[in-house]
Amino acid sequence: MATVEAMAAPLAHGHHEEMSFVRKYIFSTDHKIIGIQFLFASLAFLALGGVLAIMLRWQLGFPGEAMPGVGVVAPKFYNALVTMHGTFMVFFAVMPLLVGVYANYLIPLKIGAPDMAFPRLNMLSFWIFVQSGIVMTASLFVEGGAPGAGWTAYAPLSAVPQYTGVSLGQQLWIISIVLFGASSLLGSVNYITTVINMRAPGMTLFRMPLSIWALFITAIIALLAVPILAAAVILLFFDQTLGTTFFLPADGGQPLLWQHLFWFFGHPEVYILILPAMGIISDVIANGSRKPVFGYHSMVLAIIAIAFLGWITWGHHMFQSGMNPLLGTSFMISTMAIAIPSAIKVFNWLGTMWRGNLRFHTPMLFAIGFVSLFTIGGLSGIFMASNSVDIFIHDTYFIVAHIHYVLFGGSLMAIFAAIYFWFPKMFGRMMNEAWGKIHFALTFIFYNLTFFPMHILGMGGHMRRIYDPTQYEFLQPYQPLNKFITISAILLFVAQLPLIANFFWSLFRGKKAEANPWRDNGLEWTVASPPPHGNFAVTPIVYRGPYEFSSPEVEEDYLPQDVPLNGEREVVGAGVGEE
Amino acid sequence: MNEAITLPGGVKAEPGMRIYNQKLGMWVFLASEVMFFTGLIGAYIILRFGASAWALPGVPLDEGGTPLNINLTAFNTFVLICSSVTMVKGFASIEQGDQKNLKRFLLATVLLGAAFVGIQVMEYIELAREGFLPHCSEELATVVPSCHLFGSTFYTMTGFHGAHVSIGVLCMVWVTVKAFRGGYTKESHGGVEVIGLYWHFVDLVWIILFTIVYLI
Repeated sequence: MATVEAMAAPLAHGHHEEMSFVRKYIFSTDHKIIGIQFLFASLAFLALGGVLAIMLRWQLGFPGEAMPGVGVVAPKFYNALVTMHGTFMVFFAVMPLLVGVYANYLIPLKIGAPDMAFPRLNMLSFWIFVQSGIVMTASLFVEGGAPGAGWTAYAPLSAVPQYTGVSLGQQLWIISIVLFGASSLLGSVNYITTVINMRAPGMTLFRMPLSIWALFITAIIALLAVPILAAAVILLFFDQTLGTTFFLPADGGQPLLWQHLFWFFGHPEVYILILPAMGIISDVIANGSRKPVFGYHSMVLAIIAIAFLGWITWGHHMFQSGMNPLLGTSFMISTMAIAIPSAIKVFNWLGTMWRGNLRFHTPMLFAIGFVSLFTIGGLSGIFMASNSVDIFIHDTYFIVAHIHYVLFGGSLMAIFAAIYFWFPKMFGRMMNEAWGKIHFALTFIFYNLTFFPMHILGMGGHMRRIYDPTQYEFLQPYQPLNKFITISAILLFVAQLPLIANFFWSLFRGKKAEANPWRDNGLEWTVASPPPHGNFAVTPIVYRGPYEFSSPEVEEDYLPQDVPLNGEREVVGAGVGEE
Repeated sequence: MNEAITLPGGVKAEPGMRIYNQKLGMWVFLASEVMFFTGLIGAYIILRFGASAWALPGVPLDEGGTPLNINLTAFNTFVLICSSVTMVKGFASIEQGDQKNLKRFLLATVLLGAAFVGIQVMEYIELAREGFLPHCSEELATVVPSCHLFGSTFYTMTGFHGAHVSIGVLCMVWVTVKAFRGGYTKESHGGVEVIGLYWHFVDLVWIILFTIVYLI
């Protein structure tokens, strides 16, 4: 049978011929090119999502005043802004930035494989993602405008066009999500098969870097969760177009069914958005501390525990939906239980840094930023998990603060760390360190000035999706705070300019990168920057885990996974001679 | 077969699952399909048990019985199960290197699969004529309890299943053509096995759907 193909493949790449520009850079089947394609596409969506955020913040800070260059934000447009900001950021920025970019780029390189298990499906995955993004962006420009039912698209608000005044926009949203699901599915099948079947000799599961563990577990969650979303939005689509009545109470349908289906997907989804970030951070922190990751096995088990618990906590989004309080209590307990593996991870990161020989390079700064901000977001998550506390803060800005602490302070900080860390490998040039540090400092400051006050707004009862807070007397004292947040948000947006400038400048003018600029142990650093098509000239053999920093057995402070120590070489030469 | 390599320190190389990528990939894909149908079937169960009344089999239509033609669909279920049998026979043939029987059984599988889809389309046309639609006719809605919900869930679940069978038939045609060109041998017949996995999955889903939508 075809069993040996996977192992024999690295030897087969030697005879590949020169490819045309289109085959090499556009319709490429090379996982590295696909990863880079995902990087450019999702960074563009990240910028778009940021612009939408600034527009909606303008309305909250300066209600009714004309925004320069945009004009007054109309109520219906405000709803569209809220909806599309969430949608773009979750589905088209953070998720593809973590999973599309780094799963594609890193998995084969870090496990010593020549490419993904199904390179053509991988290419298809990217191009379906592009189509999905085009359809979603198109919904901004069609008659009736973009959907205004929120990124959670609660039915029946989303199911009946009259309620939001949007018909075609909502349908395009659904079509885009289904396409996105197909893209995600193809990616997940690829990642899972590749990790299981294509690891290099010696790369046992417990020698895999934590980034790969996290991406592997994430792929399993995405594989199982995204189809539920697809099923849910298809039912919603039928309610809009075929006259079915799944979510329409007038004909016996159940609006709560939508919430259950959505959050049964939606809660695993938040772990899709954070687990890869945790994995990436573990790699960066070990590198920046020049120490092995503290408690490697417990880190892996914590990832698995979080992934499992993520399936039984969706009800905490629905405490105020009229759910049986007894059921709510069980969701409360399972949600709080997630704090345990999360805390294990945080303490292990601290333990890794403790007495380390710390190197504050830009990726490390972002990694430390991740740990501190994720901790705040995680702690506010425990408040909200409490059934009774949630009565008070449900659907307020407290929730908005929490989600941004874990999704921006968490995931996006990790993404920035990853961009700086693997940029030299991707493009063969270093990013500018000084500007990287300036980017970190400005982002960290304005990030906190933007999102921390939202906790206070939330405690004051500021609702999550209101158009004009000055309409409510009890919110009027908070208006200066709202203004402050808006100005900070604009500055946070401007603080990303150093990243953009640094990124493009370094792409063409940056210092040439050597193969291993960070002195790291992973297999990706053993090949040239950028790695050639097919990655490894000879399939590497792995002798140890990925975090052997400051090993007493070697002179340097790092020990790559594929370097045999004295005496090992001969044994191996005999053992795998026929490979 | 790539045997495990023992590395220094006695660590085995762990050469993966020891099944080829396409087969593993199909299993992983089917896991995702299970979740998709779980979403649809879960919605059906919640709506059905949340409804005040539901159309039951074995009751005349004008007394609140099911509008579905159970006998026809029972026959159709038999057709689909037969197609799984021919699929297995085809795979067993090529494992022995018997290309002639592989072609025969694959052709039978294609025809049985197509017949299933054809009978389902006929069933849809007949039901639509009676007014049983995703949104029932006013007339039928007064007779059949929770008719709109029944119509919504019925067409969604059986429709998605029918789409899966149709895609399966198209892939099966492709595999059959390849078989007729001698593309599968005793040593290399991964395509037959992989499409077979999908086919049996679709068959299994139908047995569940037939039970919960038609029989109970």
